[in-house]
Amino acid sequence: MPQRPHLPSFLRRYGTLIGFLAIVLFFWTQRPATFMTLPNWVNITRQMSILGVVAFTMTIVMVTGDFDLSVGAMASLVGIVAGSAFQQGAGMEQAVALALLAGVAGGALNGLLVAGAGISAFVATLGTLTVFRGLALYTSGGASIYGRVIPAGFSSFGRGAIVIGELTIPNLTLLAALALALVFVILRFTIVGRRLYAIGGNREAARFGGIRIARLRMLSFVISGLGAAVAGLMLFSRLSTAHPTQGEGLMLQAIAAVFLGMTMNEEAQPNVLGTLVGVLILGVLANGLTQMQIDTYIQQILTGVIIILAVTLSSLSQQGLRAPEWLRRLLPQRDEAT
Amino acid sequence: MHLQIRHASKAYAGIPALIDAALDLHGGEALGLVGENGAGKSTLIKLLAGLEAPDSLEVRLNGARVTIPDSAAARRLGLRFIHQELAIVPALSVAENLFLNNPLPRIGGAFVNRAALYRLAREAMRRLGIDHIDLHQRASLLSPGDAMLVKIASAFIGADEVQQQPLVYIMDEPTAALNQAEAELLYAVIERLRARGCALLVVTHRLQELFRIAQRVTVMRDGRVVDTHKIAEASAGELIHEMTGSSAAHLPPVADKAKSETTDDQPLLRARDLQTDALLAASFQLRAGEIVGVAGLAGAGRSQLLQALMGIDKLRAGTIELDGEALRNPAPAVCWGRGIAYLPEERRSQGLLLGGRISHNMTLPHLGRFRRWFALIDRRAEDRRSQQLSRSVQLRATGIQQRLRELSGGNQQKVMFARAVLAKPRLVLLDEPTRGIDVGAKRDIYRLVRELAAGGTGILLVSSELDELLALCGRILIMRDRRLVAEASTANLDERALLSLMFEAGGAKGACLMRYNLATN
Repeated sequence: MPQRPHLPSFLRRYGTLIGFLAIVLFFWTQRPATFMTLPNWVNITRQMSILGVVAFTMTIVMVTGDFDLSVGAMASLVGIVAGSAFQQGAGMEQAVALALLAGVAGGALNGLLVAGAGISAFVATLGTLTVFRGLALYTSGGASIYGRVIPAGFSSFGRGAIVIGELTIPNLTLLAALALALVFVILRFTIVGRRLYAIGGNREAARFGGIRIARLRMLSFVISGLGAAVAGLMLFSRLSTAHPTQGEGLMLQAIAAVFLGMTMNEEAQPNVLGTLVGVLILGVLANGLTQMQIDTYIQQILTGVIIILAVTLSSLSQQGLRAPEWLRRLLPQRDEAT
Repeated sequence: MHLQIRHASKAYAGIPALIDAALDLHGGEALGLVGENGAGKSTLIKLLAGLEAPDSLEVRLNGARVTIPDSAAARRLGLRFIHQELAIVPALSVAENLFLNNPLPRIGGAFVNRAALYRLAREAMRRLGIDHIDLHQRASLLSPGDAMLVKIASAFIGADEVQQQPLVYIMDEPTAALNQAEAELLYAVIERLRARGCALLVVTHRLQELFRIAQRVTVMRDGRVVDTHKIAEASAGELIHEMTGSSAAHLPPVADKAKSETTDDQPLLRARDLQTDALLAASFQLRAGEIVGVAGLAGAGRSQLLQALMGIDKLRAGTIELDGEALRNPAPAVCWGRGIAYLPEERRSQGLLLGGRISHNMTLPHLGRFRRWFALIDRRAEDRRSQQLSRSVQLRATGIQQRLRELSGGNQQKVMFARAVLAKPRLVLLDEPTRGIDVGAKRDIYRLVRELAAGGTGILLVSSELDELLALCGRILIMRDRRLVAEASTANLDERALLSLMFEAGGAKGACLMRYNLATN
């Protein structure tokens, strides 16, 4: 077999992490007084906690080779569901339970369409995205739900924190950490996780090997729906407002975070620790660029460019997409096992 | 017209598929090419078509040396192919499919001349005598037989416009998916082409067909050309003898082969009238500790039999009993759970997670056995078992953490084997377990199969290698045209007799069935 020039495997595997550290270093030098401080980092974790929950659960869906485009709309809808419940005089437990149930039901619907009816995940969740958004707009009449109807306990949770000595850990950060730990354990240590990876690795081989594919794909969408619901509640709680479109940005960012994470895996598989780094990159970029008072529109452009750059570099080296001749000449040769 | 082929050689991953083959094609003559599965016929054709790079190949057209670097070059030389695999794009119209491998007529260099396209398509179909297929309909609506006819017709696109030189037509089992009437159309076309001075090379498994259309016949075996005869001087028996030869050299002695002398009243497996979309009828029994072979030509339904037993193809009718207990609504998950293990034919696409680790590949269907604390995997137990199995199948790898894509074909197959035996199965379904692996790995796998049977496991073995079937099995089930048609004890069976059973009624009766012939040999 002819040898294929590769980026050195170190760079291949850790390129994204190095990029992340470079970004951190850059902001540190630019804003030495404020950026590399404990309060700022605590702040970053709180800012990205909501995206984190969505991205972590999205990782599970992407492990099986599917997508869930409906998570952002679901997060918005869940806020409206809980808000409406408050308006009807529901207590906090009831509203939260109802909201989580909505997430599970939405995820189950996606799962039925994809695993049951066999529609491609892209089309199915694009459809449910539109349905969820429409439901949220219709239920709320297009208006935000805020003010006195929302129990004080509910809004204070999103702003609250646990104080341990010097350290103040926001509740939202804790919730995201919990989601991270759960997804990590599921994917890394459980039978279900192993089977999910098998489905993503070779669907036919997984089926022939006795794995119940439809069931597990269904489960992955339910988890994703639940994650979106939790994120929607977190957003509602932090803003003390439920607006029918407030979760919209989450989907693209979550998928981007998973893709960034995939660049850090030898086999280009989604993995939740990689997703965490992806989320951190997006969070630090938003935080740092804001501190540097860079226009939010420009921020979007920069974020997009960085995502494309990371994924391109990774796929050039990983998937055998050949790097251009001038680049290959610069790189050391690496023996490839056949 | 004379096409001379010399020194055609090709090895895949170090395993020779074609060794210094030589053929001569003459204008006005049809040469039949026969041989067992894996004799190298399809490989030879792929080299001529420019689809595979040869290790060596010398081609002379009317004495002048030519090279065939790609399929466009083969086309320019006047070579036309009907390959075994059916390549139809379902979303395109019939006429557009006819032009898949042909240059489209154009207007102004960029636009398709649709009028000319349909005119040429109509002419090609008329030349075949086909008038029942609507050229405008989408190819997805064609029956398998019609789809094959369309594919055949595509080789005749523009045949009249190239008047300056007669063409060479090379066909790989063109009638495998055709019924008798459709096959007759093709035979008539072959006659007409011959009369016009074209040269033809026709690979066929049907000996009756061979005697009908060919003037000479070349026999291949184990990648080599064995002999060429004038058809008038050849007999079916002699050809079968040449096809089989005596290639059992690399097999271990047959002395210890598990015979079917066990007298249990209760068979391990009892299958009655199995029927799926891809299998017409199969009934048989298998006792514990017995190795039963399944023989048949490509497309006879051997893999489909295993897939029916494994619940991969949905049962339309019939019953399966394992240990006297009915297996209702079989599905792969259920079957693995009941102690049926399966090693599929295409290990790369149907079996392995190539990016996964050795241990993960071995335990995939058995993860429930390594359960700990409700949902977690007992990784220590998993590693221990994987290591144990690696040793017993004599896997050559750096460790159980190595990824599958880094292993050789033989070692990948050993991983599949380890997976099959991990949970001490009652019944093992093996589909071409030694295909494409080296002799050493083959011997290891034979040893494992025998050990397994000696331990009381029933084994159903599909193989295209007749010596393998005869050496390992006590009984052999014969399949033809998607039916299980006969059963033979190997006690007095040799390759020649077995091959006769596989070929029998390959012509008129067998040709009534239509199917895609997707298998490669």
